[in-house]
Amino acid sequence: MQWNSFGEFLAMGGYGLYIWPSFGMTALCMAWEVAALRVRRTAALRSLSRPAAGEEKAS
Amino acid sequence: MNWFRWSSLQQFYPAAGKLIPWFASLAVAFMSVGLYQGFFVAPTDFQQGESYRIIFVHVPAAWMSMFLYVIMAGWAAAGLGLNAKPSFMMAQAVAPTGAMFTFLALLTGSFWGKPTWGTWWVWDARLTSELILLFQYLGFILLHGSIDDLRRADRASALLALVGVVNVPVIYFSVQWWNTLHQGASVSVTAAPKMATTMLAAMGLMALGFWMYSLAVTLMRMRCLTLERERHAAWIRGLEES
Repeated sequence: MQWNSFGEFLAMGGYGLYIWPSFGMTALCMAWEVAALRVRRTAALRSLSRPAAGEEKAS
Repeated sequence: MNWFRWSSLQQFYPAAGKLIPWFASLAVAFMSVGLYQGFFVAPTDFQQGESYRIIFVHVPAAWMSMFLYVIMAGWAAAGLGLNAKPSFMMAQAVAPTGAMFTFLALLTGSFWGKPTWGTWWVWDARLTSELILLFQYLGFILLHGSIDDLRRADRASALLALVGVVNVPVIYFSVQWWNTLHQGASVSVTAAPKMATTMLAAMGLMALGFWMYSLAVTLMRMRCLTLERERHAAWIRGLEES
């Protein structure tokens, strides 16, 4: 391992400001996508149990 | 034919539901080991210092952006050829994840370009063709969303996806065909890898993790699409709410 301290790990040899946003945004996008799909699934299941009148759409 | 189409979605839905937790667990496992390998095992690069570590997220995201486009176009082709609704739906299920990885490839590339090239963006062949890929994904999604008749939406967007597949080899070979600022391929089938084995392992693990993530998320979206588009089918009505 090349890090002597947590601070050194965060600094990433001076590139921390480029490395951490890259990994952070990737994690954020993935978490957001999964969360959005869970919300979408819940909404789809809910509309199954309570079909609104007149919301017919060609399928 | 009609009966077959309904029944195949009916069988796919629960099967996908069983597969999702496995792919999700594998994604978490591969990415956890990959991140550990990438930050604690892989050494500092002798040329780029620590900045190169962006490769562990940049290259897998860029690979996925191209792989997923080809997969999406493949489903679109199958949909057009077989006139099969589930194939069109699979193309729809892949597109947002492909767009996300294209966006991430561009964003992380930008974060890597700034410290190594001194600029966030250049209009060189690799970057420009990847940006076009993002517009292709967005165009595919928007076109489908803009047509009310879902059958016509399926066919029109599938055609768009098929035509756009020519851009994928352009992206891949852009670093050979043109004189670009972007570096050449780090890994290729024909040449020995230009990276240390520990770096290569981290990148491979992250790529596997992204694959598993894409499979899990695509199946999740396919199940949502099934619920939304088949909601008048008897078997959907019989599903337990869970």
